[in-house]
Amino acid sequence: MIVQSILHVVVLVLIVIGAALAVWFKDLLSSVLALAAASLLVALEFYLLQAPDVAIAEAGIGAALTTAIYIIAIRRTARKEEE
Amino acid sequence: MKNNGMSIIVRTVTRFVYGLIILFGFYVIMHGHLSPGGGFQGGAVVASAFALLLVAFGSTGLKGRLNLHWLQTMEEVGALSFLALAFLGIGTAFFYNLFANSGGFLFGASVPTGSNAGVFAAGGLVPLMNWAVGLKVMTGIAAIVIIMLVGSRKEETE
Repeated sequence: MIVQSILHVVVLVLIVIGAALAVWFKDLLSSVLALAAASLLVALEFYLLQAPDVAIAEAGIGAALTTAIYIIAIRRTARKEEE
Repeated sequence: MKNNGMSIIVRTVTRFVYGLIILFGFYVIMHGHLSPGGGFQGGAVVASAFALLLVAFGSTGLKGRLNLHWLQTMEEVGALSFLALAFLGIGTAFFYNLFANSGGFLFGASVPTGSNAGVFAAGGLVPLMNWAVGLKVMTGIAAIVIIMLVGSRKEETE
């Protein structure tokens, strides 16, 4: 039980770090990859909360498809954020 | 700007993993009535393999193997087959599970009472509806990614 609580805290802190990195990066490709990592950790948290059904959907849609669409959009526009 | 996708590292890794991702997606759809996941989740997993192929190789690198017209046709086939399966039992009620407990024919096995590991051949219409939803979701999301690729390229050449 205590191990599970520690795991929850670690995963939640990593989600917040990933989201903060996605905002902080000036290189938009790194930003999108940080967002994908945060999304994958959200899927892990869903799994820890015993919702594997939602976890599969989150890993498929959040981590894979939105990343693909963002990467396509970045390739067609600018890679660096303007100041 | 060229349109043949990403670097050779991405393309090589994609060649290794896309088959496994598609296989796992089909597994999730096929066991949708027993294990977590189902039509939508498995379809999203398969569509993520399609998106990986499209991002890695570009829309021209696939040589039209995933063409938009075909994908949209299969999406309509998925939606219509879901509705047709729902209308099969209209004699009793809409969405009536006609095949459940019909004895062996097409997922018609009966499930023993008490706790068990789950019978794969049971479920009646539910596994077939999972396949219909999976077909619709995988082709629909792949069509969205293709439209994103092709539409952005058209703006660039203007």
